[in-house]
Amino acid sequence: MRTCLVVDDSRVVRKVARRILEDLHFNCEEAEDGQQAYEYCATAMPEVILLDWNMPVMSGIEFLEKLRQMPSGDSPRVVFCTTENDMSHIQRAMMAGANEYIMKPFDTDIIKSKFIQIGLIDEE
Amino acid sequence: MKISDFELYKSLLYEKSGLVITPDKSYLLDSRLTPIAKKWNFASLEAMTLQLRAIPDNKLIKDIVEAMTTNETSFFRDTKPFQIFQETILPVLLEKRKIKKTIRIWCAACSSGQEPYSLAMILKEKEALLKGWRFEIMATDISDDILDQAKRASYTQFEVQRGLPIQYLMKYFMQIGETWQLKDEIRNMVRYSNFNLLDPMSRLGSFDIIFCRNVLIYFDEKTKGDILNRMSTQLENDGFLLLGGAETVLGITDKFQPNPEKRGLYVKTQPKTDTPSATGSGSSTSSTSSFTSGLFKRT
Ligand SMILES: C[S@@+](CC[C@H](N)C(=O)[O-])C[C@H]1O[C@@H](n2cnc3c(N)ncnc32)[C@H](O)[C@@H]1O
Repeated sequence: MRTCLVVDDSRVVRKVARRILEDLHFNCEEAEDGQQAYEYCATAMPEVILLDWNMPVMSGIEFLEKLRQMPSGDSPRVVFCTTENDMSHIQRAMMAGANEYIMKPFDTDIIKSKFIQIGLIDEE
Repeated sequence: MKISDFELYKSLLYEKSGLVITPDKSYLLDSRLTPIAKKWNFASLEAMTLQLRAIPDNKLIKDIVEAMTTNETSFFRDTKPFQIFQETILPVLLEKRKIKKTIRIWCAACSSGQEPYSLAMILKEKEALLKGWRFEIMATDISDDILDQAKRASYTQFEVQRGLPIQYLMKYFMQIGETWQLKDEIRNMVRYSNFNLLDPMSRLGSFDIIFCRNVLIYFDEKTKGDILNRMSTQLENDGFLLLGGAETVLGITDKFQPNPEKRGLYVKTQPKTDTPSATGSGSSTSSTSSFTSGLFKRT
């Protein structure tokens, strides 16, 4: 099964995301901040990472910059999922190597639509 | 709603827009027409219905018809049709129209504009390849309200996240407060006009591609057949028709044939030629096989 790592400091958001991702047939792993996500990726690279921006310890953007430096750190598809919804944040994320960008609030439709766009799942 | 009132709206909607409304959807009449009654300063929906029976005011009827349309849409809805447009239709037409260098596209029920603008963005991305070409995107709908929205091209955060790749958002939209405004370079590529699919189509001219998606589902077979038959006369003989995922020509008209490999894509049925080579065992299959082997081959 394909793995999606959900990185978000809110337990509620992780839970909602998990439900959606499992419906899309992803195995879901969780991290509470960028540091935890970094440690997870050091042991195994997930296929997809759903990434919040503002988190304690290490932010999403900082994690992404580090991830893309890691060996095979270019393989995971990274989809930002954050309340930051202005153009400058979007541009910065894409420059840092994100593949897609979701502005919270999100729902099943949005995640599905973004995953289809980056070729992770097929239109049924 | 009283049965007699339901019948009144049912036949009014059928006659004016083709919409078929069944008794189990009668709650929709209540919920969508009550605001119209309020807007027109009627004491109640019943009062509006009474007035409508006595003096059918065209403006009021128009409001009622518009209120009952379903405008659900999204950028690059269903993805595949836009892939087909880009990878299958465009290469063929670029070859076939290389003298004329003009391609006319009709979005026949465009709602708030996401469909025509998706096509416009695809064409913009290919600008370098399309130098010297003229693309006309004509987008029509029965509802003036929705056409105004389409022309404004200002979308909510929710709308720009369904189907729109983030790169397109960055390139072609400006953020204005809470909304996302499509830039003029894309907006200006689409021409809007009010058009009821039940009306004669000849004034629209002829098209190379027709997108008629997710509107026929609201009509009965007779209306579907009638619209498709008339559409076939507006479509060039080598043109393309795209229907929505739940729509088909099968059993409705023989003017179009589905492309067996590309869901939602249809071409015009070519008139039977009586030349000796086309008769005999393979007369019906020969036309299909020539188009599968020629036009639609994956490259
Ligand atoms: C569900 S939307 C489809 C939008 C878009 N084509 C898509 O696939 O996403 C249907 C549209 O058809 C329009 N419509 C309904 N009846 C019509 C008619 N008789 N003539 C023209 N447009 C009509 C409605 O106003 C509505 O905007």
